[in-house]
Amino acid sequence: MAELLQYLFAGLTSGAIYALAGLGFAIIYNASHVINFAQGEFIMIGGMATATLTAAGVPLPAAALAAMALTMLVGVALEKFAIEPARDADVVTIIIITIGASIFLRGAAQLVWDKEFHALAPFSGEDPIRVLGATLMPQSLWVVGVAMAVIAGLWWFFNRTLFGKAMLATSFNRLAAQLMGIGVKKVLMVSFALSAALGAIGGIVVTPIAFTNYEAGIMLGLKGFSAAVLGGLGNGMGAVVGGLIVGVAEALGAGYVSSAYKDAIAFVIILFVLFFMPNGLFGKKGVDRV
Amino acid sequence: MLLEIDGLASHYGRIQALDGISLTVQEGEMVALVGANGAGKTTLLRCLSGVQPVSGGRIRFDGTDITRAAPERRVSLGIAQVPEGRQVFGPMSVEDNLRLGAYRRQGGAVAADMARMYDLFPVLFKKRELPAGTLSGGQQQMLAIARALMSAPRLLLLDEPSMGLAPLLVEEIFQVVRSLRDQGVTIFLVEQNAHAALALADRAYVLETGSVVIQGAGQALLADERVKAAYLGL
Ligand SMILES: Nc1ncnc2c1ncn2[C@@H]1O[C@H](COP(=O)(O)OP(=O)(O)OP(=O)(O)O)[C@@H](O)[C@H]1O
Ligand SMILES: [Mg+2]
Repeated sequence: MAELLQYLFAGLTSGAIYALAGLGFAIIYNASHVINFAQGEFIMIGGMATATLTAAGVPLPAAALAAMALTMLVGVALEKFAIEPARDADVVTIIIITIGASIFLRGAAQLVWDKEFHALAPFSGEDPIRVLGATLMPQSLWVVGVAMAVIAGLWWFFNRTLFGKAMLATSFNRLAAQLMGIGVKKVLMVSFALSAALGAIGGIVVTPIAFTNYEAGIMLGLKGFSAAVLGGLGNGMGAVVGGLIVGVAEALGAGYVSSAYKDAIAFVIILFVLFFMPNGLFGKKGVDRV
Repeated sequence: MLLEIDGLASHYGRIQALDGISLTVQEGEMVALVGANGAGKTTLLRCLSGVQPVSGGRIRFDGTDITRAAPERRVSLGIAQVPEGRQVFGPMSVEDNLRLGAYRRQGGAVAADMARMYDLFPVLFKKRELPAGTLSGGQQQMLAIARALMSAPRLLLLDEPSMGLAPLLVEEIFQVVRSLRDQGVTIFLVEQNAHAALALADRAYVLETGSVVIQGAGQALLADERVKAAYLGL
């Protein structure tokens, strides 16, 4: 029982990170039908920048904000200089561009930083909390709490603000959105900035648990992608549920079977979904396959 | 002159869809554009809204050259379009659809216009919380028209508002168009239902494979032998 609880804590913590990454995929997918494989690099840049700044003596809140701003800048630059010039190309070409961009960003991170692992101190100490025989690290509460706050904020943005609704409208019907006077270029730009911010936040809260280096985005990005695919691409709630399922499945698999299979579980989920339920758990029917 | 189109051309790849179209719409006028399937009617409206590339000619709106203006700029200037096939935001509520129609406007006037639309289309008020996709075809067409009116347009472009509707609903939609015309809204109406469109319009143009072939007063075209033979099935 305590063991199961322990695995659930671990699974929900990583699941919250995958959920944020999955939401990042969903937001860009909705604005452009592009799957942005540089989403993981947003996570990496957020974590790396915060780790470096705090190591240089910058207080954590300021470092986190600066890291978010930097990541959003990278996201906007990616859209402006790599995606927008190719907007007449087909979607598959643009997806390949994002894969190229992710490789470029990893290379750049290696130059700016190095190949070492970077650590970040937990936000409120390392004294574990005992719950029914299992231990919970305070940083896990930070991860889950921050993810919940971000998800609530996104819900508010997309359901209660005119610009958020305009972004949703663009994803449902781009032509009609243009005819309403919604600037779809601006929507695309904001979707990249927002996804980058989500990635950065995930990277910042997870780094005290997982460390980070220039390659840390690869796995996190792929798991966020499997969360998004499992939930149904472009479905926000689906990405959150998908993220939690991937996180918990991974933790249970690692705990009860073998930790050697931990990373394989996300891939098994991707393949299963693509073969047997291409629309995911909550996706609408008839989504373009890529 | 509110709208002046001069020698407009447009292509889909190498296929020429519009070939030197010239036409005008005056403030307060209702102008109809009729023509067979594939004549280029939708393409012309897409060019007017800026969602289709223009390959030649000019479009002027109230004296301003808008040939290359961004779609959102044209909405701000006062061009609203009810697109072919309604194109409502299906998963979003009726009210959100209306609010998005006024995307480029703010302030109290928007709420007042929303109330006006609900007066004009009581069924939309009844269903304001429901996803637009759950409305019937006729109701979606009303919503598409109301959504376009929410931008407080100076020129309303209507693309086949009666398409795919049962005869009774077609009649209802034309009633709406007539009452908008009587309120002084400037309307450019595209229709395959040539008879109803010509009967309502002050002036009309007939489009054939991307070119204007006949033009004149609506009533005159109703009596025109060529139009009768080709479009009115007489
Ligand atoms: N997306 C497209 N790609 C290629 N050709 C197109 C496209 N859309 C329209 N066309 C072609 O352009 C021409 C004009 O089409 P358009 O849709 O403007 O006609 P229309 O008068 O609106 O017809 P309808 O009454 O069927 O709506 C047609 O020959 C059509 O085949
Ligand atoms: Mg048409």
